[in-house]
Amino acid sequence: MEGLISLAVKAVFVENLALSFFLGMCTFIAVSKKISTALGLGISVMVVQAITVPTNNLLLSYLLKPGALAWAGFPNVDLTFLGLISYIGVIAAMVQILEMVLDKYFPPLYNALGIFLPLITVNCAILGGSLFMVERDYNFAEAATYGVSSGFGWALAITAMAGVREKLKYSDIPDGLQGLGITFITAGLMAMAFMSFSGVKL
Amino acid sequence: MSQTKKELLVDPLVDNNPITLQVLGICSALAVTSSLQVAFVMALAVTFVTAFSSMFISILRNQIPGSIRIIVQMVIIASLVILVDQILKAYAFQISKTLSVFVGLIITNCIVMGRAEAFAMKNPPMASFIDGIGNGLGYGLILMLVGFIRELFGSGSLFGATILQTVNNGGWYVPNGLLLLPPSAFFVIGLLIWAFRTWKPKQVEEREYKIQQVEAH
Repeated sequence: MEGLISLAVKAVFVENLALSFFLGMCTFIAVSKKISTALGLGISVMVVQAITVPTNNLLLSYLLKPGALAWAGFPNVDLTFLGLISYIGVIAAMVQILEMVLDKYFPPLYNALGIFLPLITVNCAILGGSLFMVERDYNFAEAATYGVSSGFGWALAITAMAGVREKLKYSDIPDGLQGLGITFITAGLMAMAFMSFSGVKL
Repeated sequence: MSQTKKELLVDPLVDNNPITLQVLGICSALAVTSSLQVAFVMALAVTFVTAFSSMFISILRNQIPGSIRIIVQMVIIASLVILVDQILKAYAFQISKTLSVFVGLIITNCIVMGRAEAFAMKNPPMASFIDGIGNGLGYGLILMLVGFIRELFGSGSLFGATILQTVNNGGWYVPNGLLLLPPSAFFVIGLLIWAFRTWKPKQVEEREYKIQQVEAH
């Protein structure tokens, strides 16, 4: 249990997907102009991340790993090279299912998140989360914790960024830095601030 | 076709650069640039994937039904990325370890998707192929520039060969450790964008709020 808590804290602060691995940057920069939209997107990323990382973990341990197909009578089959295409397939399918479920049962939530959901399929933070899960060999409980907390970390980062940018638009910025340039530099300063968490040992 | 082949190739380098103007594919641009060699391999991989995925998607463009086009594009792109990943693992294992998840993330690199969607779906295969190479190179250009700055000033070397002898090895250069850390990539790209836009003023974005001059009383 203690291990899971420290994993969660690490995934939110020390190894923040957005600010220390730069995942989901395209959306991070493009959709961080207003706090409300940023928050909506952040929550959808968190939900999708919480579903896809454990699902991909199950997929890995029961279908793809060397020897994983032993239950079906193929103990010598290694399908890890199909990993990438399966993970992205799972993500695309999950997003599609989530969209349909929300549309059917929670229309207000669907209307609030609707436009962001398709965007999430191509958000690198989601695929990145699954790939990190594979690379670090998480078991199912760890994968579930990692999914929720890394999604939360991303949501935290984009909301904070939107807060800064809402104020930033009133400031007097040199012409060439206008828009994209100053956003990058702000993100850099935020990343530096998040780096100070790296001294936290649990 | 309104654009010549040469324009297709050269245009994305500066005038319509995927990173500094179209804001595509930033994730990997930031993460893999701490050394020039890794940046170079990444640039090659992305150029390869963009060029071939654009070509294949363009060949199939009249057969792909509109409603499932994203999934079809994803499958084509993912297959190419698996190819790159396997080749890297076989012939450049060390680099493939350093790139870790970022090879896989080429799948969700918005440049590949963006070009497939914006260009390859409407244009013939040859033009799409060249457009893919052009955008890959535009991306590579920024990657190499950032990698160059970060490796030269961060560890005093280029492609792993020492250029500025660092103090630790008995030389004179005190390396700037900040440049090896992740946040510096943001600063370097931010400043590059500034430089690009000062050079080409028509890329400057409109201000949302104008600051008014108030006369002094």
